[in-house]
Amino acid sequence: MEKFEVFSGVAVPLRRSNVDTDQIIPAVYLKRITKTGFEDALFAAWRGDSEFILNQPAYAGGQVLVAGPDFGTGSSREHAVWALRDYGFKAVFSSKFADIFRGNAGKQGLVAGVISDEDTEKLWAAIEANPGSHIEVNLVDRTATIGSLTVSFEIDDYTRWRLLEGLDDIGLTLRDEQAIVDFEAKRESWRPKTLPAKGV
Amino acid sequence: MSNKPLTLAEKVWNNHLVARGENGSPDLLYIDLHLVHEVTSPQAFDGLRLAGRPVRRPDLTIATEDHNTPTLDIDKPIADPTSRTQIQTLRNNAAEFGIRIHSLGDVNQGIVHVVGPQLGLTMPGITVVCGDSHTSTHGAFGALAMGIGTSEVEHVLATQTLPLKPFKTMAINVEGTLRPGVTAKDIILAVIAKIGTGGGQGYVLEYRGSAIRALSIEARMTICNMSIEAGARAGMVAPDQITYDYLEGRPHAPQGADWNEAVAYWNTLPSDEGAVYDAEVFLDANTLDPFVTWGTNPGQGVSLLDNVPNPADIADPNERAAAERALEYMDLVAGTPMKQIAVDTVFLGSCTNSRIEDLRAAASIIKGKTKAEGVRMLVVPGSAKVRLEAEAEGLDKVFKDFGAEWRFAGCSMCLGMNPDQLAPGERAASTSNRNFEGRQGKGARTHLVSPLVAAATAIRGTLSSPADLDDAASSTAGAN
Repeated sequence: MEKFEVFSGVAVPLRRSNVDTDQIIPAVYLKRITKTGFEDALFAAWRGDSEFILNQPAYAGGQVLVAGPDFGTGSSREHAVWALRDYGFKAVFSSKFADIFRGNAGKQGLVAGVISDEDTEKLWAAIEANPGSHIEVNLVDRTATIGSLTVSFEIDDYTRWRLLEGLDDIGLTLRDEQAIVDFEAKRESWRPKTLPAKGV
Repeated sequence: MSNKPLTLAEKVWNNHLVARGENGSPDLLYIDLHLVHEVTSPQAFDGLRLAGRPVRRPDLTIATEDHNTPTLDIDKPIADPTSRTQIQTLRNNAAEFGIRIHSLGDVNQGIVHVVGPQLGLTMPGITVVCGDSHTSTHGAFGALAMGIGTSEVEHVLATQTLPLKPFKTMAINVEGTLRPGVTAKDIILAVIAKIGTGGGQGYVLEYRGSAIRALSIEARMTICNMSIEAGARAGMVAPDQITYDYLEGRPHAPQGADWNEAVAYWNTLPSDEGAVYDAEVFLDANTLDPFVTWGTNPGQGVSLLDNVPNPADIADPNERAAAERALEYMDLVAGTPMKQIAVDTVFLGSCTNSRIEDLRAAASIIKGKTKAEGVRMLVVPGSAKVRLEAEAEGLDKVFKDFGAEWRFAGCSMCLGMNPDQLAPGERAASTSNRNFEGRQGKGARTHLVSPLVAAATAIRGTLSSPADLDDAASSTAGAN
């Protein structure tokens, strides 16, 4: 997982509340065997609508989503985060996230920042006044800045630390890699090894 | 360090501690053996690719194809596109990450839980994981063996470790001597009926007692296999001479000085005198009958000599409601003798009962007998090697002469991910492990049985034990 400190990208105002994970990615896309390549599945039901925000040229390369409250509710599917990530999103802001979605986001390096309803409105207005403008997400200071507007966001300390360090679950374990190496050095020679293959 | 007496499971756990968790965080355990199959691994490998990580220990990892593999025409391309893609993806991932794979057509292809022991990779005192809940099978050797999810598969591939919360221990004491016709499968079905499908939740089960000690390794595998059906993540049996005799000489078993060192260590594994279990269960082997299920979870089982239970007799309202639903789904009437239930299909196979001893046991019953009219019998060896071994003994001929279908290895009708399924409404006597609604096909009805009961049922067409076959000749036989 890449370290996340300060990131600047195209902001997308998604003026919808209660965007559940079925809307982020419909169930039909869950049969795939990959953990990537879900960019086409993101908001699939809405993408056919030419009015949909991501179909507008100024927002097509969106990387920071500013959504209404109750984002990521419903099914626990981790694919919702994969789809956002694969499309190119690095951060999502909302005044309220579903717990499971927020947990999944942290594991995949997607910042899920909580902002107030008031700041959501301010950000939407600022983005729409200048479509395609960049927003700077500063995880160190927990702020988002567009033009002269800066708002603060909340993210729990543990997730923030992991994102700043670029640590997923595996990365966390590998911080202990010396302990694994030490353990392996003591591993007895009678213990099983699949290679070189015998009995073939 | 205190000298507190320890259980088998605690010893294996402590022996694999890479780091002890602090402040409620999990322990980090080293994994000795990681078994991989095509269904739960693709997104784990993709996660590695995404993060640019290698497989840390390809030499502790082995893959085989089992869940999706057809059991007919294995030389032809797999017809179902989803199955074909999953298997091709496993082959590609194995090649990319340098993992040993046993593909369809290979002598060591087969159900992942049959292949590990067959190669001598499964041994006492090790940790084994696989993205499959029946990984508990390997506990029969005195290994700590657990099923894991896909994100954990990725974690083990990348780190060869797994963060795990400590468990509780439960002793399942089975004392006495099994009567003829009663087997390991009957023990475990009786255990699950006794403690329930959630009874083992949070525990590692240790099967103990004279009846367990008398069992072969393959029979112990049958018991440990179904630990998950009691809700336990793992089941174990302490290693003994029977374990060593089974293991010695297998391709990956330790040799020479390694063997001696290993045995010396393995001899220290059995639970210490005075070790305390968090729970204990007792089962009398002397009075056990063949056990079969009547409902739609593995805990809904009775003696074959019993009748279909009456939900009205069940005190617990939730269990009563579940029983009512189960009888409706199974199309059974309370009070019907289990032996009067007629089946359409008999399935001999699955990671529970597809090893050579299972095939021998069933063949010994059907040899020279005639299959009941209208009953289909499917025999699916657990691995290509088991199939060859059976053929060398002439068992294939016994099954074919009887009118059974002799198939290639895989998970097959246990879960019907391949074409081997029951039609809606069909009823099977199955040596597998799950009688869930729709498990063996949409609307299919499953009775879990032992290989001996499966064989006798194929002859009579109704749920039967070998003792019932003698009834025509002698009215006293099997009267217990």
